[in-house]
Amino acid sequence: MMQLKCPWCGLRDESEFVCGGTTHLIRPDLSASDAIWGEYLFFRDNPKGVHLERWRHAYGCGQWFNVARHTVTHEVLSVYAMTDAPPAHS
Amino acid sequence: MKYSALALLRGALSAHRNWVPAWRSPEPKPTYDVVIVGGGGHGLAAAYYLARNHGVRNVALLERGWIGGGNTGRNTTIVRSNYLFPESARLYDFALKCYEGLSRELNFNIMLSQRGIVMLAHSRHDLDSMARWANAMRMNGIDAQILTRDEVAARAPLLDMSPDARFPVLGGFTQRRAGTARHDAVAWGYARAADALGVDIIQNCEVTGFLSGAGGRVVGVETSRGRIRAERIGIAAAGHSSVLAKLAGFRLPVVSYALQAMVTEPLKPALDTVVSSPGTGAYVSQSDKGEMVIGAGLDLFPSYAQRGSFAVLQGVIAATLALFPSFSRLRMLRQWAGIVDVVHDSSPIIGPTPVPGLYINCGWGTGGFKAIPAGGWTLAHVLATGRNHELAEPFQLERFVTGRLIDEAAAAGIAH
Repeated sequence: MMQLKCPWCGLRDESEFVCGGTTHLIRPDLSASDAIWGEYLFFRDNPKGVHLERWRHAYGCGQWFNVARHTVTHEVLSVYAMTDAPPAHS
Repeated sequence: MKYSALALLRGALSAHRNWVPAWRSPEPKPTYDVVIVGGGGHGLAAAYYLARNHGVRNVALLERGWIGGGNTGRNTTIVRSNYLFPESARLYDFALKCYEGLSRELNFNIMLSQRGIVMLAHSRHDLDSMARWANAMRMNGIDAQILTRDEVAARAPLLDMSPDARFPVLGGFTQRRAGTARHDAVAWGYARAADALGVDIIQNCEVTGFLSGAGGRVVGVETSRGRIRAERIGIAAAGHSSVLAKLAGFRLPVVSYALQAMVTEPLKPALDTVVSSPGTGAYVSQSDKGEMVIGAGLDLFPSYAQRGSFAVLQGVIAATLALFPSFSRLRMLRQWAGIVDVVHDSSPIIGPTPVPGLYINCGWGTGGFKAIPAGGWTLAHVLATGRNHELAEPFQLERFVTGRLIDEAAAAGIAH
């Protein structure tokens, strides 16, 4: 089973967490075109490699955090706070 | 050669030295009219229908590994057309109708077994939503029958129907025309029939880039076996669609997830229908070989690893044993995962891409096997004519801009 290191609770099994998908998405301005809203809502890089994503320790402290994880090996390369800048892995 | 009882007899009399390979393994030519990227069911079917329906025979099908080695060989072989919206009902039922005649058409036994699917309701809310589901199907002209608790028990006697069952079965509904088909045979049957019509099936040939011509138009592909030119290119790569799209310079509304399945050791006939329990996330059928084929829900984080996580495996086995306590002594033979291309509305994308000349068939997510004939037919149509097939018209990329989604998440039968 994959394990993630919650910044508050430490190393826990994947079944305690919920993945919230790609992180660092920036909501467009309300006046943006339908095409830009579509990009924001639906279109993703979906990389085969390092993916920057958000996870929530749903069955623990309930906190959100960011993870850089490889989508083939599932190796976690770094765990960082929601407001931190993206790490250099990608 | 035509497969028949007579051919078998001739084989028996000649010590089976008369058999020839079902398809050739040609070297790629420098130029084709159409190149299809992806040798799963959808790509193979598209190649076959290009040749059969449109007379386009100068076609290459490029497969990175071996044909049918991706999701076509990793699904639970279930075919059904029990979807909610008219657009999807038309598309999936077209596929099921093709499957009904496919063994004869391809002269290859795909072992279609229309043993029906029983969807289980475990609560009053399930009963209500399944009545709505079955009625939606009938409104769309597709067979559906609501089942009482006793009717479910009669169809699957091994289900735990006791009063203290962990997940009590209150009823359900069935689509009788649903069932299973041999997944490998679907790939091999289409491959053999396409090859006979002149399609070059080229395995161990990975696409590493797209060639761009005037106006950004695609004019060919770079592959691990050299450069191949073609004016029209179709992608049918399921979970790897985003990887190919990136090579071509655009993005898709797709996220790739691992979807697990597993089989037990074979046993005598014990379950003669497909049983699906959307509430617990398990679906089970018995293969003709006797194995119990068990499907799970998605591992809900992006993944390109063709293996599943233990947490999900544990959940689906627990659910299966709660439904069928007598399976508890069975040993598992194999467990695996396929990488599925999940789209926000759980509906496919079949049509042009932002790159002129490049077309895509993707987004089938957790349910691509059942749709292979329809996906192939409609991709072939747009590749041959440049116009969307009528069935594929609602399933275009632009719906993610217009917002006209066709949300089939409820009918996907698998937790998203």
